Amino acid sequence: MTRRENRAALLFLSPWLIGFAVFTAWPLIYSAYLSLTDYDVINDPTFVGFDNYAELFSDPKVALALSNTLFFTVVQVPLYVIVSLALALLLARAGRASGFFRTVFFLPKMTPPVAVGILFLLLFNGQNGLFNTALGTVGIDGPSWTTDPAWVKPGLVIMSLWTVGASVLILLAALRGVPDELYESARIDGAGWWRQFLSVTLPMISPAVFFIVVVNTIAGLQTFDEAYTAFFGAGNTTYGNDAALFYVIYLFQQAFQFLNMGYAAAMAWLLFLVIMVVTAIQAVVSRRLVHYEGGTAR
Amino acid sequence: MSTLSGSLGKPGPLGQAEALVAAPVTADAQDEPAVRRKRLPSRRRQTRAGRVLTVIALTAVGVVFLYPFVWLVSASFKPRGEVFDNRLIPETFILDNYVQVWQEAPLALWLTNTLLVTVLAATTVTLSSAMVAWGFAYYRFRGRGPLFALVLGSMMLPGAVTMIPTFLIWNSLGTVNTLIPMWAHNLFGSAFYIFLLRQFMLSLPRDLFDAARVDGANPWQVFWRIGLPLSRPAIAVTLVFEVQAVWTDLMRSLIYLRDSANFTVPRGLKALLDNFGFGGEWHWEILVTASVITTIPMIVLFFVAQKHIIEGVTAGGVKG
Repeated sequence: MTRRENRAALLFLSPWLIGFAVFTAWPLIYSAYLSLTDYDVINDPTFVGFDNYAELFSDPKVALALSNTLFFTVVQVPLYVIVSLALALLLARAGRASGFFRTVFFLPKMTPPVAVGILFLLLFNGQNGLFNTALGTVGIDGPSWTTDPAWVKPGLVIMSLWTVGASVLILLAALRGVPDELYESARIDGAGWWRQFLSVTLPMISPAVFFIVVVNTIAGLQTFDEAYTAFFGAGNTTYGNDAALFYVIYLFQQAFQFLNMGYAAAMAWLLFLVIMVVTAIQAVVSRRLVHYEGGTAR
Repeated sequence: MSTLSGSLGKPGPLGQAEALVAAPVTADAQDEPAVRRKRLPSRRRQTRAGRVLTVIALTAVGVVFLYPFVWLVSASFKPRGEVFDNRLIPETFILDNYVQVWQEAPLALWLTNTLLVTVLAATTVTLSSAMVAWGFAYYRFRGRGPLFALVLGSMMLPGAVTMIPTFLIWNSLGTVNTLIPMWAHNLFGSAFYIFLLRQFMLSLPRDLFDAARVDGANPWQVFWRIGLPLSRPAIAVTLVFEVQAVWTDLMRSLIYLRDSANFTVPRGLKALLDNFGFGGEWHWEILVTASVITTIPMIVLFFVAQKHIIEGVTAGGVKG
C-alpha cells in the first residue's frame, strides 16, 4: 500500500470523516455539555451541574411520557412480530399468488406517517369511524379510540400494525431460506404442522425474528410521527392528549416549543441510556433463544 | 426510517439503527450454499383444500390492508357531509375537493419544495455514500476495520441525542426556515447507505479494477467509470429509500421550517390538520384530499421501483 493509495482512500472517505466530526462527534460532546446547562438559544448557556438530570426524576411528565412509551412498545412489538409472522407464513404457502399479496401488504408502508396519523383520526373516530362500524357488525360496541385516554394507545398500536409490510418481507425471506430437508426429516419423525413450526421453522428464522424485535423496539421507544400528527401541534387545544405523550414528543416540545435545550439534551441522554439497556437485555436473552446456523453465538 | 441519514434520526417505524443488527441476518443468507435455496416450493406437502384456505385468508387480510386506501380515495370525492358515511362508492360524486384544496393551501408550492429537497437529498446522499463505501470496499489501509465499526456504531445512535446540537449548527449558519437543513447533511454520506453500498461493492470482482489501474486509470476514474456503474443495483436501492425517507420526513420539517412558503408536504399536511381538523374548522374533506395527493407519489414510487424496494428491505435494511 503506497502513500498515494492512502491519499486516495482518504479522499474517498473524506465526506464521511467531515460529516462524522460535524454531525455526530461534535453534537455528542456538545449535547453532553448542554445537558449540564440552562440554554434557551437566545442567551448563553449557564452551567447548572446535574440539575437537569435531577429534574428528570421529579418531572411528572417525564414519568408519564416514559410509561406511555414503554406501554406502547411492550404491547406493540409482540403484536407486530405475531402479525408479520402470521402473514409471512401465509405468503410462504401461497405459491404464485404470493407476489401479489406481498405488494398488498407492503403498500401501507409507503404511506407518509402524517397521512397515517390523519387516517387514524378518521378510521378510529369513536362515533362513525370505519373501525368501530366494522366492530359493530360483529356486535362489539367500540370505544372512543381517539378521545378516551384508556384507548388512545391501544388504537395507535392497532393502526401501527397496518404498516408491518417490511417485517413481513424480511420474515418471508427467512422462511424461504429454511432448507426443505429439515421439514422432510421432521415429517419422517412424525411431526405435525405445529411441531414442525416449533422445532424447525421457529429456530431457523429466529435471527430474523430477533432482528425485527430489536429494530421495532428501538423504533417504538422513539415513536413520534403518527401520535404527534394526531394529538399535538397548533390545532389540538380542545382535548387532553396526555395519553399520547410519548417520550420523543415531550423531548421535542421541551427543545423546540419551550426552548429548554439543556433539559431536552438531558432527556435525550436518558433515552439513549434506556435504549442501550433494553437492547443489551435483548442481546443477552437472544443468546439463549436465537439459533444461528453453525451453532456459534454471535 | 429513517431514514434518516445524518444526525437527525428518524423516530418512525424504520429508523436507522437497524442495519447494524441486520448484518448477521444478511450474512446468514449469504453463507448458505446456493443449492439449498433453490428448491421446489411444492415439495412442502400441501393439499388443494389447504391452498384454497390460504388464498381465502390472504384475500381477507388483503382487503383489510387495502381498505384504508380505498376509503381515503373514496372520501376525497365526497362532499363535506358524507366523508364519514363509510360508503365505498360516494353517494354524491364530486371533484370540488381537489379544486378547493388547491385554493385553501399552497399545495403546488409545497410539492415543489418537497420535490426539490427530495432530488437534492437523494442525489447527494447517494453520491457521497458511494464514495465513502468505495473507500472502505476497495482500499486496504490501516485502521479500516475500526473506522468502519465507527460507521456502523453511529447508526445505533438515537437521533434525539444529536438533534439539538445539529439544530444549533444550522441555526448559527442562519439556515433555519430555509430548505437547506432538510438535505445538506446528505453531502457527507449516511451510515446506513455506506454500509449497504460497501456490502455490494465488496461482491464485485476486484480484478476488474486492478486491470483498469494497470491500464492507467486514476483512482477517481476507477470509481466513477467502473465501480459506480457496476454498483447500480445498490445505488437504485439507496436512491429509492432516500426519496421515500425525505418525502415523508415530518420531524425535520417541524424543527426547521417555519413559514408556510417553505413547507414540504408532510409539514403542510400537518398544518392543514391543525387548521381543518378537530381543533380547527372540521373540514375533513380537505384533509382527506390532501392526504391522497401526498400519498400518491409514494404509491407510484413503489410500483416504479418495487423490485429495488423489496430487494433493499429483504437485504436486511429496513428503512422508511
